[in-house]
This record gives sequence, structure tokens and C-alpha cells, in this order.
Amino acid sequence: MADLPDAAACYELLSRMALIRRFEEEAGRQYQRAKAGGFLHLAIGEEATIVGTTSVMRDEDFLIGTYRTHGHAIARGTDPKRVMAELFGKVDGTSGGRGGSMHIFDAENRFMGGYGVVGGNLPIAAGLGLASQYKGEDAVTVCMFGDGASNTGNFGETMNLAALWKLPVLFLVENNLYGMGTAVERHSAQTDLSKKAEGYGIPGARADGMDVLAVREAVAAGIQAAREEDRPTLLEVVTYRYRGHSAADPEVYREREEVEEWREKDPIESFARRCVEAGVLGEREVQQTREAAEAAVTAAVEFAEASPEPPLDTMYENLYAVSDSGAWYAVDERSPEPHRGEREEQMPAAARELAEAGAAYAEQPEEEPRPNPAVHGDAQDGVQSRVSPEHEVGSEAEDVRPEDERSPERAINTEDGD
Amino acid sequence: MAELRMREALRDAMAEEMRRDEGVFVMGEDVAVFQGAFKVTEGLLEEFGERRVRDTPISENTIVGTGVGAAMGGLRPVVELMTVNFSLLALDQIVNHAAAIPYMFNGQARVPMVIRMPGGGGHQLGPTHSHSLEALYLQVPGLLVACPSTPADGKALLKAAIRDDNPVIFIEHESLYGTRGEVPDEGDEVLRFGEAAVRREGSDVTIVGVLKMAQVAEQAATKLAHKHGVEAEVIDPRTLRPLDLDTILESVRKTNRAVIVEEGWPHGGVGANLATLITEQAFDHLDAPVQRVTGADVHMPYSKRLEQAAIPHEEHVVKAALATLEGAI
Repeated sequence: MADLPDAAACYELLSRMALIRRFEEEAGRQYQRAKAGGFLHLAIGEEATIVGTTSVMRDEDFLIGTYRTHGHAIARGTDPKRVMAELFGKVDGTSGGRGGSMHIFDAENRFMGGYGVVGGNLPIAAGLGLASQYKGEDAVTVCMFGDGASNTGNFGETMNLAALWKLPVLFLVENNLYGMGTAVERHSAQTDLSKKAEGYGIPGARADGMDVLAVREAVAAGIQAAREEDRPTLLEVVTYRYRGHSAADPEVYREREEVEEWREKDPIESFARRCVEAGVLGEREVQQTREAAEAAVTAAVEFAEASPEPPLDTMYENLYAVSDSGAWYAVDERSPEPHRGEREEQMPAAARELAEAGAAYAEQPEEEPRPNPAVHGDAQDGVQSRVSPEHEVGSEAEDVRPEDERSPERAINTEDGD
Repeated sequence: MAELRMREALRDAMAEEMRRDEGVFVMGEDVAVFQGAFKVTEGLLEEFGERRVRDTPISENTIVGTGVGAAMGGLRPVVELMTVNFSLLALDQIVNHAAAIPYMFNGQARVPMVIRMPGGGGHQLGPTHSHSLEALYLQVPGLLVACPSTPADGKALLKAAIRDDNPVIFIEHESLYGTRGEVPDEGDEVLRFGEAAVRREGSDVTIVGVLKMAQVAEQAATKLAHKHGVEAEVIDPRTLRPLDLDTILESVRKTNRAVIVEEGWPHGGVGANLATLITEQAFDHLDAPVQRVTGADVHMPYSKRLEQAAIPHEEHVVKAALATLEGAI
């Protein structure tokens, strides 16, 4: 077991984890209130994995993650207010309301993004590592992804490239035992994911993701190898999420007892207990971390509530970079006049009318509170086939014939068989 | 001025930009030691070394994704995908990442990269090696799409693409690599995106030709003049996003007729898109329906006879142009 760091460091670790926990709980609540939309993936239970990692990163290092990264951004130093505002789709959100929960980004704190496509962030991490190496900079890139991503083509491709080019990247699998609703032993032939490193000739390691100090130690070693020896590592951190894959997850794939078992190993409670038992922190300080988290999250919700909706005239902003050399425009063909799309005054009337008409739909109030899919089971509705079994597929389907638009008037000779 | 082949002009563009900006580097399958599957990167490894001219594994999505990350990290990657066909393996990184990142992160990250890819049919390479996918990339907001048909344009557009702060899909045509043309000597000949070239002036019909079809359109215009007394105006858009629609509309308002020639599939093609734009914005000026000349709606067959039958030729363009003039001549 790793030694406890000094009191200040322990307090900091505990505070960050408590803040993420409280933030995620509140995000879930705001989702139920329909203040946050879309998908919502919570990292409750995975706080030690996140905070253990970021606590040994330098400011200049890059962190890149998945669609479950509210906490990662916060751990990197992003103001929880801005993350909550992004969930609310507001103008003060980390991406001004364009990204949402799955696409948090904070360039200033070198949090290089949440990414919505499983495995999509892996090659980008290699590119960030390449940029640092190319420019002779010291920065290391830490790339976090889930167990499910270790089955993607990107994983194999990127491991190989990073190993081949000796890129300063730490690849960190947050193995929470499920790729959405499919258990790791049902989705991966090799369930010790760290062993997947062997095929690429790079070191693989495994750490307890419920122990913030174990994560720190393992990540520090991986970062050192990347920084000092330009050597990528694959680190598997075994953790667990208490909530469903997303807020719309009825959790039919696991038993309640399993969740309870993991809650026993709660990363925050266990670390707090250890700090108190060792006399490094007092009960009062532990309580302070909870209170501080509560205050920060309450402030975040207030901030997000008060933040304005994004103005319609910003619709086209940042679709393109308008540089000195480039003299071209964002062209929305719905509006005949090509426009720069940068500012309201340059937005032609037709485009504005279309935007205003569409935006009016956002003003319509929700008829009733959002049902909890886990309780009401509506997430499962989509699974049920809408086609009754006796209905023969294709019995009423039209014959689809090749249609060559070059010759609309000409009968196509494949019709012969009719 | 010097007479260069297209492949040499493109190579010079990369070399000049690499000399100009240390952040510009080239990577792709067989671009370094092999010097490019189509020899476009010939000599670059020798001049710039392995740090800046990088052979990659055959991992298209990761090649592009690594480029995206390197661009976000402050470099200017020029990524070569061996062909347009293989770019389909990288669609996730191109569409979900390169094109989306600047917008979805609200401008906090830029993706200044060029993705070069040769395509097109005519070499009996069959269904998986003969794609023309201009229309596919044209559809994606956030991308710029270039499709040069002459060595001079190839060089000037590639230089502009490398300097641009946006992700650029740079489509080359395999049949054009050997084409010769006058190219200005080393200098800052940078072509702005969104400026079409009027290759031939005429008053009877407007013919828009994309990529190699710009050349076919010119040949057809010559025949139209000699054999039919028809003066066609030939426009090469050079970039599809942004598109210089003004130049095309101006021509259509003059000729009152339009033919669009492309090598890609007809459904949802460049021509389908452009015909709609012309109809929407110059309907009152049209004396005949806009005509499209496209590749056949099939996977490119291997048989030379079938393949040639599936690709647009001069005769098709002449016929389409004459169709717009039916009753007028």
C-alpha cells in the first residue's frame, strides 16, 4: 500500500474527489429536472481514477478523455460552473453550449476534450504526443478511455503507432467492467486489459482504481517513462461506476448486490477513513471537503441557471477559422446569399428567420418532468421490435430497382426478372 | 514559369511550405522511403529527413487522427491517404473529429491540416480503387474541399491549403499526375479558396467540370465550337467548399444554360447539388433544364470496356450541351 502524502496533499485529493462526486450527483438531478439534455454519463465511483491521475500531471501536460469527463475537466482545474453551464447548454459553458456533456473542453487547463465516439480520442492523443515531441517540449499526454475502447480498431492502430514512434503518451484504460451494458468478460477475449500491451512491445500495468494513492503511483510511473524515455505505457485502472452507463440505463445487466459490493470500496470514504485513522486529517477537515463541494456545486447550478442561452447569431461561429490567407465563407445553402456567418449583422435575413423559427421550438415547456428511464423503463422501449413477429419482413416491401439518375427515362434492363 | 507535371507541382508546394514553416510535416503510407505510391512526395525525405517526412503503418483512421492531434498541438500536418478509397476507413476522424472539433469546442482548438488523397477511375482498378467522393466531403460542414485540375492550380491551392487554419480535403486525380502545365517559379503564388477559373469563354452554354472533368469539359467545348458552332463557357470551380457560385451564376445568366460534369455517382452528387443551387438562384435565367453528366450509378467495373462506359467522356458532355440548346440552334 502506498504511503500517505502530507496533509495538504491528502486534503487536496479528498477535496477534488468530493467535488466531483457532488457535481455528478447534482448533474444527475439536473438531468431529471430536464435542465441538462441529451445523454449524461456520470463517473460516480470513478473519482480516485480521475483525481489520482491528474494529481501527478504537470500544468503543461495534456489530458484527453471520453464522453464521461465532467470530472476530468474539473480535476484539471476547470471551474465547475463552466462545466455545469455546458450541461445546461448555456453561453458560459466550456464550449458555449455547442458540445454538451460529452464534449467538455478546456484549452487553458490543457484538458483536450471529451469525445463522444468510443476510441475516437486515441489517435488524437498520439498526435498531441507527436506535437510535443516534434517541438522538443517536455509535455506528456495522458489518454484516458474505457474498457470498451480497447476493442476498437483505433486502439490497435494507435498503440502500434505510439510504440513505433516512441511517443510520450500514457494510455490509461478506465476499466469499469462494462462497455455500456456488456460486461468485460463478454466483450473482450483478454480480460486483463493491461496484457493487450504485449502485442505492441510496450509495458502494461494494472492498478486499483478505487485507491487514489495506487492510481497516483502507477500513473506517475507511466508519466515518467513517457517524459524521460519517450516510452508509451498501457495502464489499466480497475474501477466501477455506481450509476448506469448513461442516465438512460435501466441496468438490467448487473445485480444490485454487485453495485453494493463495490460501494463498500468507495474511493472517497476509504481514503477519508485512512487519512483520519493515520491522523493526517481530522473528521472536521473531512467534513470541510464535503461542505466545500456542496457550496461549489450549488454555486455552479446558480451560475448555469443565470447564464444566457447562446444567441442565434452565434450559430455559425467557429465552424471555420477565418484566417488572413483564407477569403472564404461559411455557406449555409438554406440561405441563398453566402454569408460570413460570424456576426449577426452579416447574417442574411433568410438565415436568421430560419434560425428564429427553429429556436422557437426550444421555448416550448416540457409537459411533465423527465421520467427516469431506470425506473420507468422507457429506455427499454426502443429495444422492443415494433414489427410483430407474424409480419414477414419484405412481404410488402417495394421491389428496389437500380435507378441510374443519368437516364431517368430509360427502362433498366435488370427489370427483366419481374 | 516552368513546365511541370502535376505530381511535381504538388511536391514543390509541400517542399516550399516546409522550408517556410518548421511546423509543416508530411505523413502517410509509403510517403518517405518509397517516395509516395504515386511519387508525389519524391525527394522530400532526402531534403527534410525522417522527423518531417514520416512513413506510417497502414492505419488510416489513426493516421488522420494523429494529424488531428498534431494540428491541435500546434503543427501543420500534411497527411497523405494513399487513395480516396481508403479515406473511407478514416471517415470517423475526418467527419466526427477534424471537421467537428473547431465548432464543438467553440474555437478553443483549431485543426490546420491537409488531407491529400488521389482518386478517380480509368485505370482498371475496379470497384474499391476507383472512387470519386467529392460529393461526400462536400457535404460536411467544417471541411474545405479542393479539387485542382492543372499543375499551377495544384501547387497554388496546396500552398493555400497548408497555410489555412481549417481541415482541407485535397482531392487529386490519379490520371492527372502526369499532366504537364506552366507553373510559376518559386514564390508566393497562393490561390485563394473559392475562386473558380473560367477556362474558356462562350455565350451559348455554361459547362462546369470538376477535377479531371474540367479537362473533359474543355475538350467538349472545342468540339462543340468546331462541329456544332456552339460557344461553350467552361468553368473549373477548383474548390467545392467554398464554392465560387457567383462566377457560375454570372455565366448562367449570360448563357441561360448549364451542364455539370463530374466523375462521381449521380445520386446526391456535386452536380445534383449545383443544379439545385442554379435552379434556386437563376431559375428565371434558365432556358432549359440543367443537365448533369456523371459517372454511372455502379461500382466501377474492372473490364476496360465497362469501365470506359461508366466514366463520362467528351461525347457525353457534347450531347448534354446540345440537349440544353434543343430548338435554339
